[in-house]
Amino acid sequence: MGAGLRAYGLIAAMWVRSTMTYRFSFAMTLLSNFTATGFDFVVILLMFGQVDGLGGFSFAEVAFLYGTTGTAFGLADLSLGQVQRLGRRVRDGTLDTLLVRPVPVLAQVAADRFALRRLGRVTQGLAVLVWSLVLLDVAWTPAKVVLVPVTVLSGWLIFSAVMVVGAAFQFWAQDGSEVANAFTYGGNTLLQYPPVIFAQDLVRGVVYVVPLAFVNWVPALYVLGRQAPGGLPGWAAFVSPVVAAVFWVVAGLAWRAGIRSYRSTGS
Amino acid sequence: MRLYAAVAAGGFRRYATYRVATAAGVFTNTVFGFILAYTYMALWDERPGLGGYDMAEALAYVWIGQALLATCGLMGGGFEDELMERVKTGDIAVDLYRPADLQLWWLSVAVGRSAFQLLGRGVAPMAIGALAFDLALPERPLTWVAFLVSVALGVVVSFAVWFLVALSAFWLMDGAGVVQVAWLSGTFFSGMLLPLTVFPGALGEVARLLPWASLLQVPADVFLEKRTGWELVGTYAFQAGWAVVLLAAGRVLQAVATRRVVVQGG
Repeated sequence: MGAGLRAYGLIAAMWVRSTMTYRFSFAMTLLSNFTATGFDFVVILLMFGQVDGLGGFSFAEVAFLYGTTGTAFGLADLSLGQVQRLGRRVRDGTLDTLLVRPVPVLAQVAADRFALRRLGRVTQGLAVLVWSLVLLDVAWTPAKVVLVPVTVLSGWLIFSAVMVVGAAFQFWAQDGSEVANAFTYGGNTLLQYPPVIFAQDLVRGVVYVVPLAFVNWVPALYVLGRQAPGGLPGWAAFVSPVVAAVFWVVAGLAWRAGIRSYRSTGS
Repeated sequence: MRLYAAVAAGGFRRYATYRVATAAGVFTNTVFGFILAYTYMALWDERPGLGGYDMAEALAYVWIGQALLATCGLMGGGFEDELMERVKTGDIAVDLYRPADLQLWWLSVAVGRSAFQLLGRGVAPMAIGALAFDLALPERPLTWVAFLVSVALGVVVSFAVWFLVALSAFWLMDGAGVVQVAWLSGTFFSGMLLPLTVFPGALGEVARLLPWASLLQVPADVFLEKRTGWELVGTYAFQAGWAVVLLAAGRVLQAVATRRVVVQGG
C-alpha cells in the first residue's frame, strides 16, 4: 500500500513535468476543463432562469447537490480517471511492461499519463459548493458541519472505487470502457439533481443496488433537512464512509480477479 | 470517386468491428437518456411549452440527442486523435504524398463512421426511449427523409469542424487543449445539454447561428416538424452554408500546413 502510493506519486510527478513542456496546451486544457464542467452548471443556471424550483428544490439546494458530487467526482477523476485507459493496454498488450515492474499495477495504471488539467473540474465543483453554502438557509448543527467534508471525501472514494471496477471490467471487455462512464459520468449527472424528480425505481436502484446515492444524496438531504431517498432511515446519512469502504473491498476483489484473468495478446 | 467510396465503406466496417464498444455505447447513451429525460420532465412540468416544445417534444429531443451524439460527432469526430497523432509522429508525410486528397480521405472515413453510428448507436437508444416515454414522433412519413438529409448535412459540418481542430496539431504539436475547447462547444452549442431554443436572449440568438446548431438543434427541429415546407430550404441552406465555409477553411489551412510541414524523427 505504502509502496504503491509512493510509486503513484513518483509517476504522477513525472507526468506533471512532462505536461509542463507544452505550456500553452496545458493552460488551454486546464481552462477548458474548468469551463467544460462550468457549462454543466450553466445549464442548471439556465434552467433556474426559467423556473423557481426543480421538484420543490431551490437553486441553492440544487447547487449544494451539484457542488458535493462535482467536487467528489473531480477528485476521483483527477486521481484515478486514467484507469479507464486500461482497455487500450489490454488490447495492444502493453500491460505486460507494467506487470514486470516491481510496483503495484494499479498504481502504475492510475498514474499513467496523470492529467493535472483535471484540477479544473475540482476547482469548479468546489466553487459551486462554496457558493451554495453561502446561499443556503440551513440550521447548522455540529453534525451537519462535519458531514459536508465527510460527504465529499466519501464521495471521492466511492467514485474512485467505481472507476477501478470499471477498469477491471475491461480485462474481459476490452472495448467496454463506456459502460463505466454510465456509472461515473452518468452517476455524477444524476446526483446533481434532487432524487424526487426521478422515477422511484431508479432512485431505489441507486440506493440499494449500486449505492451511488451515498456519494451525496443521502448525507446532503440530511444536511438540507429533507427526507432520505428510497425510504432510508435518518442515521443512514452518516454511513457514507462505511459504504465507501465496502465499495473499495469490492473494487479490490474485482481488480484482483481481472488481473488474474489477463492473458497477453498473441501474435 | 470510387476510392473515396471504398474509404467510406472501410470506415463503416471498421466501427462495425467493435461490437462490444458499440453495445457499451448504447448502454451509456440509454442511461444518459433516462437521466436527462427525468430532468427535462421536471423542467417542463414547471414550465409547460418552454422553448416552444411540449413535454412529448422535449422528451423526443432528449432521445434524438442521444441518438445523434456519436453520429454527428458532438464529443469528437472519431478521427481527430488519429490524424493528430500522425502529425505528431510524422506519419502524415506518408499521407501527403499519397495520390488522394487529405481532406476528402478523412471526410470519407467520417461519413462511413457516422453511417454506422446512426444504425449501431442511434436506433437502439431511440427505440428504448420511445418505449419508456411518450415521445413526439413525426406525423408525416416524409419527415423521416427530411430528418436524414439534415443529419447528413450535420455530419459534414461536424467533420469540417473536427478537421480544423485536427490540423491545429501542425502548429501546436499537442492538440489536447484545442480538442477540449471543440468538445465543449460541441456539447454546449449543439443543444446537447439544453435545447438552444431555451437559451435566453442574445446567448440563444448567437447559439442558434453558430455551426454547432447544425449538429443537433437543427436536425431535431426537422424531426419535430418545427421546420417544414419552404422553411426546410432555408434550414438546409444554413447547414450547407456552414459546411462549405468550414470545408473551405479546412482547405486553406491544409495548404498552409503542408507548406510548412516539418517531419520529426530521425
